[in-house]
Amino acid sequence: MYRKVIFPVDLTHVDHLTKALQTALDLAIHYKAEICFVGVTGTAPSPVAHTPQEYERKLQAFAQEQGAAHGLKSSATACISPDPTIDTDKTLLGAIEDLGGDLVVMQTHAPKALDYIWAGHGDTIAARSKASVFLVRAHS
Amino acid sequence: MSNHDDDDTHTDEAEALPEPEGASEIIETDYEVGQDNITPQIGPFGLDIHNPVFAISGLVVVAFVIITLAFQNQVGPILTDLRGFLTSSFDWFFLMAGNLFVLVCLGILVSPLGRVRIGGVDATPDYSYAGWFAMLFAAGMGIGLMFFGVLEPVYYFGTPWGDQPLMRDIGIVDGVLVDPAAVEAARLTAMAATIYHWGLHPWAIYAVVALSLALFAYNKGLPLTVRSIFYPIFGERIWGWPGHVIDILAVFATLFGLATSLGLGAQQATAGIGFVFGIDGINDTVTASVILIFIITGMALISVLRGLDGGVKLLSEINMGLALLLLGFVLLVGPTLTLVTQFLGNLGAYFGEIINLSNPIGREDDGYRQGWTAFYWAWWISWSPFVGMFIARVSRGRTVREFLTCVLLIPTLVSAIWMTVFGGTAIDQLINTVTESSVYGYVIAAYVPELSLFGMLSELPLAAITSTIAIILVIVFFVTSSDSGSLVIDTITAGGKINAPVSQRIFWVIFEGLVAAALLIGGGLAALQAASVSTGLPFAIVLVLACYALIKGLLSEPRG
Repeated sequence: MYRKVIFPVDLTHVDHLTKALQTALDLAIHYKAEICFVGVTGTAPSPVAHTPQEYERKLQAFAQEQGAAHGLKSSATACISPDPTIDTDKTLLGAIEDLGGDLVVMQTHAPKALDYIWAGHGDTIAARSKASVFLVRAHS
Repeated sequence: MSNHDDDDTHTDEAEALPEPEGASEIIETDYEVGQDNITPQIGPFGLDIHNPVFAISGLVVVAFVIITLAFQNQVGPILTDLRGFLTSSFDWFFLMAGNLFVLVCLGILVSPLGRVRIGGVDATPDYSYAGWFAMLFAAGMGIGLMFFGVLEPVYYFGTPWGDQPLMRDIGIVDGVLVDPAAVEAARLTAMAATIYHWGLHPWAIYAVVALSLALFAYNKGLPLTVRSIFYPIFGERIWGWPGHVIDILAVFATLFGLATSLGLGAQQATAGIGFVFGIDGINDTVTASVILIFIITGMALISVLRGLDGGVKLLSEINMGLALLLLGFVLLVGPTLTLVTQFLGNLGAYFGEIINLSNPIGREDDGYRQGWTAFYWAWWISWSPFVGMFIARVSRGRTVREFLTCVLLIPTLVSAIWMTVFGGTAIDQLINTVTESSVYGYVIAAYVPELSLFGMLSELPLAAITSTIAIILVIVFFVTSSDSGSLVIDTITAGGKINAPVSQRIFWVIFEGLVAAALLIGGGLAALQAASVSTGLPFAIVLVLACYALIKGLLSEPRG
């Protein structure tokens, strides 16, 4: 049913993504789909990488590691954004479309009042992406 | 330092300027971007802020505002005197520092270091030339050109300084300029003296800061914050208090520079609105100006929420279009042929006088050298952390040569064109109608600087339309400054992180608007602007050190 599962990943908080990541991997295994890890990085140095190129290498390594561990076809796409604070959603939406992803699995926080003013990344992707979107709550 | 992408190929030691292998030479430091950050939750807002830069910067700003409001009569004169003391006692240092920055930039431009690419050899530009140029111009001097484009050339042309550089008097006798040769000489001097203040020197100041920041962040992998420039000098100590002080000073200069400019600018804009739409007494109270500050802050807030692409870049491009429209209009309906023929003469006068004007030794023109040049240099330098940081943010992917051409040479040319058209038209009006001209009334007979531009436009056709465009331009330039300034302050106070929560940027936009409004209502705008400009001296010293760090940093980079 699904050919390409997109998993937006923030390498800074990869330890906190266990539940969402497992969901994405399980779905990819079940549907024999490719899993594509998409990360949005700023142009400036971050805690994860000194340069966007270094970020891309780390993301590739993460994707390969996950693919090898679960016997999946995996890939990675690093998107560079000059202003990730604002443009992450737009960049992710563009990447999902460009990559031809048909299922997006991503972590999201439990609903809170501020979401009415600023939707979380998951909310926006679910509202605007043409792909199916599976939002996984960080804490059940 | 070690080579990040070392692939075991050897470096030719015999080469005069050995290049490292790999995309760029990352500085190996144990410091990780954001490691001193704390992530408090305030109500529904999660923050990601540098400890202690965020808190101290905010508290210092609040303390200064409170002290200035509470002890206005005491603090105001002290801060204004401090600025006067610095620009009159250290004028030689400001002038020499400015010259050094120009020479360093030109030296790098023509040297092999010009081939270094910001962001490493494989980096591609984040913005097109048009978008990039619009943003750096809007941040650099958009408002200044609007405000001083008529004022400064006319002031230099028509005011008998007594101590002006060439000691010329245009000689108005019975409302007529009697000596055409003296008039032409005064005009050329005025244009040269004006272009000097808006040409190579200010842009070199910005270029040194911007290039250093860009190099140490994008090529060396250090946090995108002012302290990183000084890593080659202070080493790991830069992550401690020396670095905190530099960053806090940068936030202080940026926030007060922006807030006081916004406050004073709002008053000037309302004066313009009153003039154009015939509303008498608009500035009798501060109500209209405070409303304008809130409008500008509200627009900046929307712009901030739209991000770099949808906010600052879009507004900068709109402003660039409007500015070109206004420039083209004034050129066409003004004395077109005269302006076109004068342009090369003005540039020639600028380059002819640049040595005299920039030489700090043995001069007697204290009024010009200290009152204008040193003040301007202190001003540009105090703005340089803000403008430099913003330019750095949008310049990744350009080669150093491209960068210096577009940040130093082209803006100088554009400033010269702007001054020729606006100043030249105003001077032409002054020559033709002398004491009857509006600019004579607003610049020479009385000093009403905020109306000088509108005075010049009022003597051209369609004045109501052009003046309205001018007001819109000023307001939108303020919006872009407020937006880009908040972006910069947020990045510095987030320890160089550019993905900090948007609520922090919103905080700084609102904070800046509130500081401007408080100072406008309570008084003290001029005093705190003086305090902001006074940071020009310590920054001038650190920028001289930055030149060394910049060259050292560039030497270790691969050159395309």
